Amino acid sequence: MRVAFSSALLKSVAIPEFIFLTGDLGFNALESLREEMGERFINVGVAEQNMVGVAAGLAKEALRPWIYSIAPFVYARPFEQIRNDICNHHLPVIIVGNGGGYGYGVMGATHHALEDYGILLTLPSLEVYIPAFDEDIEFLVPLLMRTTNPSYLRLGLSEKPKELVATKFEPFRKLVHGTKGVIIAVGPLAGGLWKLLSSLPDDQRPSLWVVCKLPFVELPEALIQEIKIANRLLSVEEHTKQGGFGQMLGNYLFQKGVSISWYRSKYALGYPSKRYGSQRFHRQESGLLPEQLLQEILN
Amino acid sequence: MNVHSPQFKELRKKCFLRLLTMHYQSKVGHLGGNLSCLDILLVLYHTILKPEDVVVLSKGHSAGALYIALWSVGLITDEQLEQFHKDNTLLSGHPPASGIPAIAFATGSLGHGVGLAAGVALGKRLKKSPGRVFCLTSDGEWNEGSNWESLIFIQHQVLNQICLIVDLNGLQGFGSTNEIANLHPLDEKFKVFNMETVTIDGHDAQELNRELDKLSEKPRSIIARTRKGSGVSFMENRMEWHYLPLTEDQYNQAIQEISLQ
Repeated sequence: MRVAFSSALLKSVAIPEFIFLTGDLGFNALESLREEMGERFINVGVAEQNMVGVAAGLAKEALRPWIYSIAPFVYARPFEQIRNDICNHHLPVIIVGNGGGYGYGVMGATHHALEDYGILLTLPSLEVYIPAFDEDIEFLVPLLMRTTNPSYLRLGLSEKPKELVATKFEPFRKLVHGTKGVIIAVGPLAGGLWKLLSSLPDDQRPSLWVVCKLPFVELPEALIQEIKIANRLLSVEEHTKQGGFGQMLGNYLFQKGVSISWYRSKYALGYPSKRYGSQRFHRQESGLLPEQLLQEILN
Repeated sequence: MNVHSPQFKELRKKCFLRLLTMHYQSKVGHLGGNLSCLDILLVLYHTILKPEDVVVLSKGHSAGALYIALWSVGLITDEQLEQFHKDNTLLSGHPPASGIPAIAFATGSLGHGVGLAAGVALGKRLKKSPGRVFCLTSDGEWNEGSNWESLIFIQHQVLNQICLIVDLNGLQGFGSTNEIANLHPLDEKFKVFNMETVTIDGHDAQELNRELDKLSEKPRSIIARTRKGSGVSFMENRMEWHYLPLTEDQYNQAIQEISLQ
């Protein structure tokens, strides 16, 4: 999504308030943006705490700063600055974390972002966007240029096959119709599932929904009805159990009085074998590959 | 206001007395560091600041001194001051995030103010808008790594609208700055970051006025040598006044000492 992200930002260069700060990341993706933005593109160096403080100061001056780094570097290291400097003052700083979940694969655990939105959603007024497909970026960048809330944009890899056409970005979207339960996937995980389920007939597959914005207040009514009828629900996310979408969903359904007999949540287990590998390797260890998820809901 | 004028001396006394009374009535500590920086804030607010300038109190535990300075220029009311540290107040023990327009940022966790000040200064430069940014830090908070990240940024960007002021009272949370993490001489370290740096008496209004008023092509830092608990004999340079509230006897003595100055 980095290239789609850079392309979308290039279209916003004319907004005079737009300022882009990077913590020394962006090789092979942000060079054009750097060139186009001139003095409004600032590489603050490897100093994330200062980057967040500076962004809050810029926002206080009515500018629209975006800050960018590898996901854990931009939310975990400077968490207190995000909490105090940005969120306590309700400043619309856009925090962009590249490589959500196991995105950085064999680079290792320091580069993974498994608890990012769970932690950040504890902060007042912060909103999280987890685009599933490259096309979502086109929609989200202009939206985030106007938002009045602190926001976290979790970038991953768009895994949707090109022949499948995504509908316009919404917090919840239905991607596949099926009769064997309902799967709700967070962000890019939906891409691989979409591909797999598209190859199956309706009566041999579950419905697939994707969620791309958190927190949510209500599920779409159509989704609630599907869950009730299917009586079988699986939530999947590349994030820890604690603070994850699965917990939010369970809590919501319980409060809503939606009673179903089968609900499972699949999430990032961390490093169960204590070995490292590609994003696919880690997903497999957590049971997050499309074929594993299909097996889970069909059994 | 001229710092040599009788009015300024009278104002200074009135503010020191009001600070003591406010903390005594609220049974709140942190007086030592408030008294050490009140002279700096009074000179800043009464002789230096223009409407477009921004103040960042990085040493948020000196909120009392900030509130008194703002009260003395009419930006906080008597009624608001009466609510200091009480339930349903705007004036918490550290500066609030909203409700007092003259307070730009909520601070209290140390090591945040310099980066915020750098962002405001950069914003003003990018917008080509006027205004200086004054950031008052403690000396102990230079233990924080984030401050040094910000110094690297300030010197690299040559943010010369910034004036850092260090309230160098020599005492921090649980001992003296020299015992805990000795950064002496701090001014030499700032100079290495290409800042125009001076060391002055932080209780001398004339020196404060002269140095705060100066503009430079470089970012500036003022090391203000101060006394924790300044003006009250039994508090001066004693660490416990970072924490302790005043007893009635102590309050009466403190009021008497300030009144006689």
